[in-house]
Amino acid sequence: MNERNANLLFATIAILVALVFTSFVLVLAGASPVAAYWYILKGSLGSWTKVADVLVAWVPLLLVTTGLLITFAAGLWNIGIEGQIVLGGIFTTWVLRLLQHSAMAPGLILFLAIAAGALGGALWAVLAGVLKVYGGVNEIFGGLGLDFVAVALTLWLIFGPWKRPGIGSMSGTEPFPESLWLPTLGHTRLSLWALLLGIVSIALVYFLLSGTYFGLKLKAVGKNPRAAYLLGIPATRYLMSAFLLSGLFAGLAGAVQVTAVYHRLIPAISSGYGWLGLMVSMLINFQPAWAAPVTLFFAILNIGSIQLPIVLQLDSSLSGVLQGALVLSFLLMAGVRQKWVARLRAEEGEA
Amino acid sequence: MKRFWWLLVAALVLAGMVLSACGKSSTPTPEAKQPFVFGMLLVGPYNDHGWSQAHYEAGKYVEQKLGAQMLYVDKVNPADRPGTTAEQLAEDLVSKGAKLIIFNSDDMKDAALAFAKKHPDVYVIHASGDVSWKEGKDYHDLSNLSSVMGKMIYGKMMAGCAAAMTTDTGQIGYLGPLINDETRRLASSAYLGAKYCWEHYRGKDPKDLKFKVTWIGFWFNIPGVTSDPTQVADDFFNSGYDVVISGIDTTEALVEAKKFHDQGKNVYAVPYDFKDACSEAPSVCLGVPYFNWGPSYLKLIQAAQDGKWQSTFMWVGPDWKDINNPDTSAIGFEIGDALNDKASDAVTTFIDELANGLNLWTGPLNLQDGTVYLRDGEKATDQQIWYLPQLLEGMEGQSVQQQ
Repeated sequence: MNERNANLLFATIAILVALVFTSFVLVLAGASPVAAYWYILKGSLGSWTKVADVLVAWVPLLLVTTGLLITFAAGLWNIGIEGQIVLGGIFTTWVLRLLQHSAMAPGLILFLAIAAGALGGALWAVLAGVLKVYGGVNEIFGGLGLDFVAVALTLWLIFGPWKRPGIGSMSGTEPFPESLWLPTLGHTRLSLWALLLGIVSIALVYFLLSGTYFGLKLKAVGKNPRAAYLLGIPATRYLMSAFLLSGLFAGLAGAVQVTAVYHRLIPAISSGYGWLGLMVSMLINFQPAWAAPVTLFFAILNIGSIQLPIVLQLDSSLSGVLQGALVLSFLLMAGVRQKWVARLRAEEGEA
Repeated sequence: MKRFWWLLVAALVLAGMVLSACGKSSTPTPEAKQPFVFGMLLVGPYNDHGWSQAHYEAGKYVEQKLGAQMLYVDKVNPADRPGTTAEQLAEDLVSKGAKLIIFNSDDMKDAALAFAKKHPDVYVIHASGDVSWKEGKDYHDLSNLSSVMGKMIYGKMMAGCAAAMTTDTGQIGYLGPLINDETRRLASSAYLGAKYCWEHYRGKDPKDLKFKVTWIGFWFNIPGVTSDPTQVADDFFNSGYDVVISGIDTTEALVEAKKFHDQGKNVYAVPYDFKDACSEAPSVCLGVPYFNWGPSYLKLIQAAQDGKWQSTFMWVGPDWKDINNPDTSAIGFEIGDALNDKASDAVTTFIDELANGLNLWTGPLNLQDGTVYLRDGEKATDQQIWYLPQLLEGMEGQSVQQQ
C-alpha cells in the first residue's frame, strides 16, 4: 500500500469513527441516526433556497479559515481571530453609520465599509503580532485577551454610543436601510458578491502559499524562524505580514456578517466562526486545498441540523458533536498514521 | 497490516449499520383533524431552567389546552447557529406548516419585525418588546404583529419586600445585567418594594436602608467581558450586604449565598425568571418572581386560530385573586423555604395591599440625580415606568452606561 492510498484510508476511517460515535450518541438520545442524517441532508441541500442558505453560512467560515491558513503556515496560533472578525464588523458598521445619510452611491459606501472591515481585522491582528514580536507575549494569550476586549467593545458600542432609538437592545444597532445591504440573488439570502469574495480569497491564498516565493519563505519561517533568519529571511517582517493578512480576511468575514447577513452590529457578530475556523484548520491539517470543501461541509451541518429539533425534537447540538468527533478522530488517525509511517520506514531501513 | 485495516473498516461499518437499525423510527402519525400549528423560536436551550424554558413550557401548555401543535427551534442566536438569522428559522417553521411564530427574546426584535413585514399572512408574537405598543417609542404598525411582556415590576416589588423583611444589616444588593430602560425599571421596582416594607412593616427609616445595584454588563457571565457575577455576589456578602436580588439569567447569587450560608453566615438570595429556581438552594432562597407566559400565549394563539386576531400590546400583570394561578396569572411569586414566618406573612400582606390597589409608582419620587420624577400624589403612566430614564433617588449604582 503506498502512502497516498494510506492517507485516503486513514481519512475514511476517521470519518467512519466520527459517524459511528455520533450515531451512538443519537441512539442513546432515542433517535434513528439514519433519519437524523437524512434530515440534515434534506435540510441543507433539499432545495435551492437551502443551498443558498448553506452558501451564506459558508462564506464567512471560508474567509476565516483562509486567514488562519496564513498564520498557521507561519507557525502561529492566531487565537485572536475571533476578535479580528469582531473588529471587522465594528469598522464596517462604523463606516456605514458615517456614510449612510450621505449622498454617496450605495455601492461605493458598501465598498468602503467592507474595505474598512478588512482594515479593522488587520489592525487587530497586527496588535496581536506586535505583542508577540516586540512584547514577547505568546500570540495565544495576546489573541485571547484581544478577543475579550473586542467583545466588550461591541457590547459597549451597542448599549452606549451606538444605542438604537428607544431602548438599547440585545438585537443590536438600528438595522441599516436596505440600500446598504449587499444585493442578493433572487429570493434567496445569498449575495453573489460575498460568495465571490470568499472564492477569490481562498484561491488567492492557495496560490500565495503554494505558488509564490513569499509563501515558501513564510513556511520556512513557520518551520524554524531561527534557521530562516540565518538564511537571510527577515522573520519578524514575515510574521507580521502573516498576522496582517490573516486579520484582513477575518475582518472581511466580519464585514460580510454586517453587510450580507445581519445588516447591523449585533452582540455576537463573530458567530463563533473563529473557533470553528480553528477546528477546520486542524481537521484539514492546514492544507489550503481542503479548506473550501471542508468548510462547506461544516456549513451544511450547521444549516441542516436545524431540522433536528423541528422534525425529530432532537437537541441540535448534535451537529456540534459530529464536528467535534470528526476533528478528534482525524487528529487520532493522524497520530496513528505517523506511527505507521515511522514503522514502515524503519522496516524499509532494515530491509 | 493491510488486512487488519480492512477488518477494522468492515467492523466499523457493521457496527454503524447495527446501531442505525436499532434506532427508533419516529414517523409522526397523521391525525384526523389538522391541529393549528404554531412555531416558537427560543433564544436559549429549551431546558435552561430560566427564560427559554418558561416559554417552552408555555408552548406545551397551549398545545395541551388548545390541541394545537408546537414546532420549535432552540438556541436561536448567532453564536450557537452560525450563518442563520431568526427570520430564516421562522421561515423554516412556516414551511413546516406553522401559521403563527413566537420570537421569544429581545435579541430577535429586528428579526421579528422583518419577518412580520415580509409575511403579512403569518401571525407574529414578539415576547419582551414594545414594538406593537401604539403609545410606545418604538411602534410599528403591523396588523399581524403583537408583543407581550409580563409586568415583572410587581414580581420585583415582592422580591424587594422579601429582602427588606429579611435583612439584618439593612443592606440589599441587586445583581444587575446590562443597563437599559427595562433593567432600570426592574431594579427600581425591587427598591420600591423593599423601601415600602422596610418603612411600613418594620417601622424603620428609609434612610437607613442601603440598596445598591451592581451591573455585570450582560445577561450572563462572559469571562473577560462582563464582571464576574460570582465575584460581585461575594463582594456583596463580604461587605455587609446580607440579601442579594438577582436580575440576571443565571443563578450565581443563589449559589454564592448558599456557599456563605454553609460557612455559617446569615445571607440570602432571590433568583429570577423561572418558577422552580429556588430548588437549586432552598436553604437560602427567599422566593422567586417568575414569568408565566402560558395564559397570554393561549389567548393570542386562540384568537389566531379562530380568525379573531388583532394586533395588540400586552403588558400583563399578576392575577391579583391568585398570583400563582397557572391559568390566569402572567406574573407569580413563589415564596421560598428560607423566608421566615414573620417575613412570609409580611410579603403576603404586601401582595394583598398591591391587589387592593397600592401603587408604589406614586409621587413624590425623585430620580437618582435629584430631579423630580413624580410630583406628590402623581401616579406614573405606563410610559413613564417602561422608559424609566434613571434609577430612583435612594438607590446606589450607575444609572446609565458609562461613556
